[in-house]
Amino acid sequence: MSTAVKKEHKAARPERGGPATLVEAIRQGIWEEMERDPTVFVIGEDVGAYGGAFKVTDGLFDEFGKDRVVDTPISEGAIVGAACGAALMGMRPVAEFQFIDFISAGFDLLTNYAAKCRYRWGAGIPAVFRGPCGSGVRSGPFHSLNAESFFLNTAGLKIVEPSTAYDAKGLIKAAIRDPDPVLFFEHKKLYRLPRLREELPSDDYIVEIGKARVVREGRDLSIITFGAMVLTALDAAEELEKEGLDVEILDLRTLSPLDKASILGSVKKTSRAMVLHEASRTGGIGGEIAALIAEEAFEWLDAPVIRVASIDTPVPYSPPLEDYYLPQTGDVVSAARKLAAY
Amino acid sequence: MPNQPVKPGPERKPHRRRRPPPPRFQMRVSTKYAPHKPGDGKVLTCSSETTLKTNQLLELYRYLKLTRLVEERLVNLYRQTKVVGGVFRSLGQEATAVGTAYALQSHDFITPLIRDLGAVLVKGIRPRDIFAQYMAKAWGPSGGRDLNIHFGDMEKGFIGPISHLGDMIPVMTGLLLGARMQKKNFVAVAYIGDGGMSTGAFHEGLNFASVQRLPLIVVAEYNHYAYSTPTSLQTACRDLAEKAAGYGIPAHIVDGNDVIGCYEVTKHAAEFARGGGGAVLIEAKTYRRKGHAEHDDQRYVAEGEIQWWETHNDPIDRFEKYLLGRKIATKEELDEIVADVVREIDEDCAWAESSPMPEAEQAAYRVYDNSVVPPAFRPKVLEN
Repeated sequence: MSTAVKKEHKAARPERGGPATLVEAIRQGIWEEMERDPTVFVIGEDVGAYGGAFKVTDGLFDEFGKDRVVDTPISEGAIVGAACGAALMGMRPVAEFQFIDFISAGFDLLTNYAAKCRYRWGAGIPAVFRGPCGSGVRSGPFHSLNAESFFLNTAGLKIVEPSTAYDAKGLIKAAIRDPDPVLFFEHKKLYRLPRLREELPSDDYIVEIGKARVVREGRDLSIITFGAMVLTALDAAEELEKEGLDVEILDLRTLSPLDKASILGSVKKTSRAMVLHEASRTGGIGGEIAALIAEEAFEWLDAPVIRVASIDTPVPYSPPLEDYYLPQTGDVVSAARKLAAY
Repeated sequence: MPNQPVKPGPERKPHRRRRPPPPRFQMRVSTKYAPHKPGDGKVLTCSSETTLKTNQLLELYRYLKLTRLVEERLVNLYRQTKVVGGVFRSLGQEATAVGTAYALQSHDFITPLIRDLGAVLVKGIRPRDIFAQYMAKAWGPSGGRDLNIHFGDMEKGFIGPISHLGDMIPVMTGLLLGARMQKKNFVAVAYIGDGGMSTGAFHEGLNFASVQRLPLIVVAEYNHYAYSTPTSLQTACRDLAEKAAGYGIPAHIVDGNDVIGCYEVTKHAAEFARGGGGAVLIEAKTYRRKGHAEHDDQRYVAEGEIQWWETHNDPIDRFEKYLLGRKIATKEELDEIVADVVREIDEDCAWAESSPMPEAEQAAYRVYDNSVVPPAFRPKVLEN
């Protein structure tokens, strides 16, 4: 018998509301939903006693027990499949990918089972598939993915990515209550960013899926973006303001289904549009948004829609390489200048 | 210790064979119902030991005939070009699907493969639904959105498969996981073949079910071919049942063409699973007499092989011999059952044929819950 004593660790129940970072906001949201609805449960790798790789599920195991906080083998296919099966039984699973990069191992069940179930025989899959995405944290090719464009072409999945703590909590709650499968991407760079710490309301609120948010009003050009790039856009806008350029920033928040009305509304107002995202440029969501604007707001444009995105490579590890890969504030600033001068 | 006398070792007896080391693990494979080849002119029938009563035996016969005749009707419809997609036969392996599903209770779940129509019918799905599905009709359970048995009915404990083999194993694992949270006690049978067992999803699903000790019964149908690929190119295992050892679960090998054996083995496995024993693997040895689908000319099958199975090892012939030989039913009684089955098929087929095709615009509905997200109609740019 081992004489080692297990480390005593008990994560406290999160406050309802109060000042919170993005990761705390998501944890609050899941916790409150599990308290509200006994069908909500968490499933994933190391989500139990350990509390998840990024501690999103910290404390849930002690509070709700092993039946509702299920540790799985290293088996994304099992995680996604089991979430689908439990959802068919009327449960509301919140499945975690340790990193969104590993979503590829559950791709088949997500795109062929979860996405098509309602269409095929009317059985909705009310499940959330969530996990940390995003680059800029020096994690290399396998821990930095932005996976949205893999799934944009799959009808039946919703895709959400918050950029503030308020939205993160409201959106995770909305995702858990949603009748359809939701991919919930959490940018890991934002998890504990002090800049994003904000006071959350103590009431039970949700943020509606499918609605973009104007982060900054402006009249000269629109930057359509989401996730961590919202911060890059804000930094760029501040710089551009000094040059007299008034930038509007639209945070998509939901990537599928797209909030077309908000995108077109902003473009019609400013007549110039830049799509900014962190995933590689080719085949990224930027192309889809640019095509939408070209098809439905062509007469309103004073300049071609431009994309600012990462280069078409895997995400490199070394800081100078990754910085070259990612769109930087300076890139957004110079692209905006060209767009405004067109 | 130099002064210590050297202890003499145990005396070796040169002619005695050394005992083999004890096994690291015990293969928990029961072969009680495993098939044996007919020898000395003996004719194959069915297992003699059974708890089934006469009316149940006749019901089994009815389901076997229903399965075969529904499929034969589908082939007719296919040749009349009324079936839009392909037709997938279970000819020669009906006993596996029917016998295993018949051992379940009404609240238990199944997820079949395309060659388990018999299990679907046993679970209470009507032939008319199958006909309407194959003919892509509006009245089919998927409204023309999906093919053949790709639909489900939660009330009846039937969850249709998808084409991606293996995927349903983790899905059924999740179903049972959800049921356990809801304190519901039922078992689920997931069918898989010698081909489907090569997928990653199969492994991930069964591994997780085994770890969680969920009452999942995997019926592995060894039917010799996956499309054209023989089992020897799917796995290095001689018996699919061997794979159970990798999950720490027990397994049974059953003669898949012995409907009574299939029933008994599944009943036993279901009791084990229901009682908290966890997952079980059942390997059913059977044979696919038709090609992958109707178009397949089976050029990859050795000459005489299909003929042998047809003559000596047809599951329905074997069961008929059993019923007649034991005087459980007369030929006339069996004929009456068949006539009744044909009547049902005629009626159901007529109903399905009378269904309209779906309205084209229905394609746009039900991707998401349409009370939340509107249907995906064609975009304005395509309109005149």
